[in-house]
Amino acid sequence: MKFTDSLQISPVEWSYQNKERNFAMKFLEEKLVVLDLPVATPEEGIRAAGALLVAEDLIEPRYVDAMVESYEKNGPYFVLAPLIAMPHARPEDGVKEASVSLVRLKDSLKFGNEANDPVQFIFALGASSSEEHLLVMRKIVSLLSKPENVEKLKILSSYEELQLLIGRN
Amino acid sequence: MKILCVCGLGQGTSLILKMNVEEVLGEKNIMADVEHIDLSSATSMSADYIITSNELADSLQDQPAKVIVVNNYFDMEEIKAAIDANIKQ
Repeated sequence: MKFTDSLQISPVEWSYQNKERNFAMKFLEEKLVVLDLPVATPEEGIRAAGALLVAEDLIEPRYVDAMVESYEKNGPYFVLAPLIAMPHARPEDGVKEASVSLVRLKDSLKFGNEANDPVQFIFALGASSSEEHLLVMRKIVSLLSKPENVEKLKILSSYEELQLLIGRN
Repeated sequence: MKILCVCGLGQGTSLILKMNVEEVLGEKNIMADVEHIDLSSATSMSADYIITSNELADSLQDQPAKVIVVNNYFDMEEIKAAIDANIKQ
């Protein structure tokens, strides 16, 4: 073995590092999306969206409690546009990976935000302190800043249709 | 010019607001230092303007900075109108 070989990263290591770099976030993947869930209260909705992230081991269960506590303490300011709620907590509340899930409610629900109620889409945000957080937020902004995308979100009926919508942005 | 985008935790909502505010300021060629921050830290920082939601604006009325309310964080037209009405160059 030549000396220079030892300086190089083996193909296996390289692909591992590369994979880490590319996949250290989860954005609306199939297991993170539920369409038309019947939900009775905002807390139930936040917990349902959070549970999707817990099930994929992207956040700890205590992060879900922290999201609900933030809603109780700070109010529904995270209903940041008509129909759209983005509950979240702090990275130190138990985020393992930057991530976003979506629950589309069967029936829209009032969260107490005068300007933007009712809520139909709950995007639970696993807020990490990493660079991936910025990337995740940019993806959310590019998806939701276009009113026509929100219209499509209302009527799409399968994950495949959502995937197409995300892919275009 | 210093602008604070404020939300309850300073993690998610305020970052989205900051991204869209910076885009509007860029289009208007307004130079500003825009930060996203949580409500309690914001009360101890000095700034020229604070942009936040209606829900949190009341808690910030005692600040010397001018408070600007934006309701729809994804509506670039609303953000443009709010900046036009409040920020003087």
